Amino acid sequence: MKKWNLIIDVAKCENCHNCTLATKDEHDGNSFPGYAAEQPRHGADWVKIERKVRGEGTMVEANYQVTMCNHCDDAPCVKAGDGSVKKRDDGIVIIDPDKARGRKDLVDVCPHKAIWWNEELQLPQIWIFDAHLLDQGWKQPRCAQSCPTKAIEAVKILDSEMSALVEKENLRVQNPEFGTKPRVYYKNLHLMDTEFLGGCVLYDNNGTTDCVEDAKVTLLKDGNSIATTATDFFGDFKFDGLAADSGEYTIEVSHPTQGQAAITATFSQSRYINDILLQV
Amino acid sequence: MIQMKRTLLKGILYGTTLAIARGLKKNTEAIKQAGNIDCVAQIMLKDGSIARHYVFKGGRMVDTRGSVYDGEAQVNLVFQDVDTALGFLSLKPDYHTIVHDAKNFKAAVLGDSELCVWFMHLMNMIASGTQKMGTTMPDGCTRLTTNTNGGPMFVYVKDNKIVRMTPIDFDDSDAESWTIKARGKTFTPLRQGVINPHAQGLKSTVYSDKRILYPMKRVDFDPNGERNPQNRGKSGYERISWEEATDIVANEIKRQRKVHGPGSIAMAFGSHHQWGNVGYYLSALLRFGNLIGFTRVVPNPDSWEGWYWGAMHHFGNSMRVGIPGHYGLVEDCLKEAEMIVFWSSDPESTNGYASGLEGTQRRFWAKELGIDFVHIDPNLNATAQLYGGRWIPVKPGTDPALAIAIMNVWVNEDLYDKDYVEGRTTGFDEWKAYLLGEEDGVPKTPEWQEKETGVQAHVVRALARAWGKKKTYLAAGGLGTGFGGACRNATGSQWARNMILMMAMQGWGKPGVNFGNLQAGTPLDHYFYFPGYAEGGISGELNFTACAVNNYQRMPHVLTMNPVKQMIPRQRLADAIVNGKASGYIWDGSSAEAQFAEFQYPMPGYSPVHMIYRYGSSSFGTIANSDRWVDMYRHDSLECVVNQSIWLEGEAEFADIILPACTSFERYDISDWGNSGGYIHHNTDQLNHRTVVFQHKCIEPLGESKSDYDIFTAVLNKLGLGAMFTEGCSELDWCKRVFESSDLPNYVSWKKFIKKGYHVIPPAPENLRTPAYFRWFAEDRFKDVPEPMPLPSQWSDIAGKGLQTPSGKIEFVSTTIQRNDPNNPERPALNRYVPSWEGTQTTELYDKYPLQLLTSHSRYTFHTYGDGKDSTLNDIPDHRVCIDGYYYWVLRMNPIDARARGLQHHDLVRVHNGRGSVVCAVDVSPLMAPGTLKSWESCAEVDLFEDPRFGRVDRGGSLNLLTPERPQVKNTEGMGSNSCLVEVEKWSYANEELVRA
Repeated sequence: MKKWNLIIDVAKCENCHNCTLATKDEHDGNSFPGYAAEQPRHGADWVKIERKVRGEGTMVEANYQVTMCNHCDDAPCVKAGDGSVKKRDDGIVIIDPDKARGRKDLVDVCPHKAIWWNEELQLPQIWIFDAHLLDQGWKQPRCAQSCPTKAIEAVKILDSEMSALVEKENLRVQNPEFGTKPRVYYKNLHLMDTEFLGGCVLYDNNGTTDCVEDAKVTLLKDGNSIATTATDFFGDFKFDGLAADSGEYTIEVSHPTQGQAAITATFSQSRYINDILLQV
Repeated sequence: MIQMKRTLLKGILYGTTLAIARGLKKNTEAIKQAGNIDCVAQIMLKDGSIARHYVFKGGRMVDTRGSVYDGEAQVNLVFQDVDTALGFLSLKPDYHTIVHDAKNFKAAVLGDSELCVWFMHLMNMIASGTQKMGTTMPDGCTRLTTNTNGGPMFVYVKDNKIVRMTPIDFDDSDAESWTIKARGKTFTPLRQGVINPHAQGLKSTVYSDKRILYPMKRVDFDPNGERNPQNRGKSGYERISWEEATDIVANEIKRQRKVHGPGSIAMAFGSHHQWGNVGYYLSALLRFGNLIGFTRVVPNPDSWEGWYWGAMHHFGNSMRVGIPGHYGLVEDCLKEAEMIVFWSSDPESTNGYASGLEGTQRRFWAKELGIDFVHIDPNLNATAQLYGGRWIPVKPGTDPALAIAIMNVWVNEDLYDKDYVEGRTTGFDEWKAYLLGEEDGVPKTPEWQEKETGVQAHVVRALARAWGKKKTYLAAGGLGTGFGGACRNATGSQWARNMILMMAMQGWGKPGVNFGNLQAGTPLDHYFYFPGYAEGGISGELNFTACAVNNYQRMPHVLTMNPVKQMIPRQRLADAIVNGKASGYIWDGSSAEAQFAEFQYPMPGYSPVHMIYRYGSSSFGTIANSDRWVDMYRHDSLECVVNQSIWLEGEAEFADIILPACTSFERYDISDWGNSGGYIHHNTDQLNHRTVVFQHKCIEPLGESKSDYDIFTAVLNKLGLGAMFTEGCSELDWCKRVFESSDLPNYVSWKKFIKKGYHVIPPAPENLRTPAYFRWFAEDRFKDVPEPMPLPSQWSDIAGKGLQTPSGKIEFVSTTIQRNDPNNPERPALNRYVPSWEGTQTTELYDKYPLQLLTSHSRYTFHTYGDGKDSTLNDIPDHRVCIDGYYYWVLRMNPIDARARGLQHHDLVRVHNGRGSVVCAVDVSPLMAPGTLKSWESCAEVDLFEDPRFGRVDRGGSLNLLTPERPQVKNTEGMGSNSCLVEVEKWSYANEELVRA
């Protein structure tokens, strides 16, 4: 049985919000019996975007993660729903807009905090994967259709095929430790949950300071080399994917003609060391 | 022969009887139009020898006879002779002939204006028959189409309600996409029209509690008594009927004419409040304006500023308002370039112009090819965020110093194109002497600029060296070829001038060396003719639109003319009203010289302004130091303010009479996506698929709102000018005339076009693609790109070779400035660095207001389009932030500045300087360079109240209340609103209840 999955590439999300707006456009003022009651104009963030800013000085990044109901295969809401929440054969989770009325308890059941409480209708609501449209033959949910970079893509494939894709493309789910088996997968999630260590390498060029291009940079942890890279023409380098608060690192820099340097830095979150001056 | 024609005419008139009878039985649109009108209409020859009249009662035709009506018919279509009559009554009228006949009094529409217009619309509807529009979908919706500032869309409608609006996925029957092969890879675009967020939020602006649903009058405005101008913006409104509203407006127009004379009515408008060729300010509004006569409020080139007033004087291109062109540059960049320097260029936010997010995928291709990106901007903007690359934050307004220092490195290290400079430019020796300090003893080194710009000298050298060695595209401004960004501050024209000079040093036009950021220059068919909005639509205005170039011939229509020559610069409107005088410089694309002539308001022979007819979006968010607008609206001399608006927002609440307009989804229109006409010639080359769209009337106008066109018609009917205005056409009829005027009928029939709703124009065949821009110039060949300028008289040598400049070359020292404004220290012919008049060097002001505020073109809205209005866009945290139920405008700030002021993320703050106070929510992050703030211009809301501590405060977010009105350079009209010093402090509501200010 082929089932729906969503794959979201964090590196391709530019925070344009077409996905959140398309979802509001679909549900603001529209009720789809059996799928979802309408959502109010404001506040219902069934699809939302989280921002993670990393770095300092001139090496700064802003990364964005689209989040929504994960349509988990082992969904606590389905278990707790007493028949008001169903898992469809195609993998999509639907909170029945009639049967689930008054079930505020379901909001707390979701460890991903993806269930939204509609105070006016006394109804727990989620992003329904636009099942009502897929059932009419649409190829993609609205958030994916409106995405300009196609950072969001829906695929309907066998679970075995999806597992292979996860392996091949290094996909991850949100909070796997919750054990809910989400069907929403992420590419490049390290941009949201790891940190980087960057710097700028300089040398004294006959009395003026200049950037060093193509210096070899080695990152050491506990005396062991864990990564190497080279500087670009601005003298910049970056080691990504480091855990926050992961303690002390040493950076060794060398250039065949312009000298070397080594510094040790304590690392809590992303840093940019902008004045690593080589000594001959 | 004549007898045969007479018989034919009689037959047609009789046949018309049958057609009317059938139409009023079967054609639902016609039945609706007929309403329950009582009227006698007749069609006749002037000599009365052939005539037929039709008697309508309660919307039904109750009698018709082949004779002149015995009594007074309310509608009379009178023709000089049989041929004229046959021309008009043809099912496929030849508009060349009938417009000629109408202009030369061979045909006349006499009688009651309203009924004449009614009858002619009815006849057109009957002649058109029932027209099938849209596609029926599985869920019972009808899928219609629309076009917007943010791209074309499908509109799903059910039971007269918009269910959803989506981007258009092109299908297999649509034209194929183009392909570019570069460095072993093949690129072809997504088969979708990629839209902006402001388009995706539009449904919510249609169904908005801010919609004005019926005409309104300010409660303390009595047109025949006390008008209380001092209360504008404070007192409330009462509902009135359309009859009363149009009576007041028409009577006031007549009164203005009688009491004050020509010039006393000014028309003010925003630029982009809706999209279309018929219902647009350069179209229906201008036609209306010309028929009532008005003082023109002339726009400044607000997105081009520094290019128009500065850069143009070094290389020409007045037709493009001083920015470079773009032909063929997507292909050239992908094939050749090694680096793109984005300088004040954030295409992911500003999307070039009106072209959705079409450029985004092309920039990903550049990354895939390994092209280096560099971003010079005080903000790590959305483009830098998405693609990465070195961020070089520069202090606002100091960019020219950075540019000059880069050029200094190029000279010192021999990193410029000497052959090009020698052969294709003039004046370099003088410029070189300035760069090296031979002129003033100060070498313009990277160290020289460091304190000024905040950019470390080694970074400047690294950039200059890479740039000198790599084939580099300079993306200057959002479009890449100019537009927006740093051209809108005090040093904007210096910056734009330097951009040209830098490219001249690097061999502009050689492979891989050009302006751009892949936003413009796709290989589309720009030879296909469809008018853009600059061509004036239905205006008939031959002087202040590009109508005369193509549109007037292609779509014959009756020309219109404004007899009032008086003008007011848009940025000076408030001064003109309050001080009674103003002066300015004109924006005129015909030459580099036109801008030097100053004009004055008032102009001899004309009345000062006593009435403002305002249309479209609010100016509080778009005009510099717009706090002046409040005083203007409350000035005694302003006797009447009419505001024709869709939403109750901004300036609408300063009107005496509010006329409710509907959105573009509630009326018909037709347009070519992204086609602005001459403003950005061939702007459609920003798209991946050129798409002409029929803008269906998706739903009936909400409440009692009407289309702008119908409002103008209603007012003009009361001045006896309805038939002149409409030429007997409804908006739908005009759409068909626009369609027929274009090349589109060669591709698709009207019937198929309005059914499907759009048509994709095939791209240019690969062997006919337009060559890369400026290659001809770099190689000193005859010009080979389709720009109709320089004008024939503007070639300095043989026609077709060289540039529009007096030398025909790029001029390091500008001749046109030298000749026409030689002693202006703010715009010297040699582009010396002159620090900003409101920046870090204006120490007295800077000590008081130490933060530099940028108000860029907005990302999530298109100017005021989409903001406020209870729109879903308000829920975007990078646009507005909801705090305690109120949506505040966002101000971005560095953590260092926030800490110094005790501010936390999303605190409410008062942003202030000597010009006013605006409340915002602060967004704290290192994405802003320290000392700088960034927000958007173009807030739609203005929400003024009296704060007992600070006086008048706006919490709507109109930061332009704070920006300087000073022209960026003396003797120009360029706005410099991005040079704005402010202070920011934590703010909370005073204990007192809010009182409107």
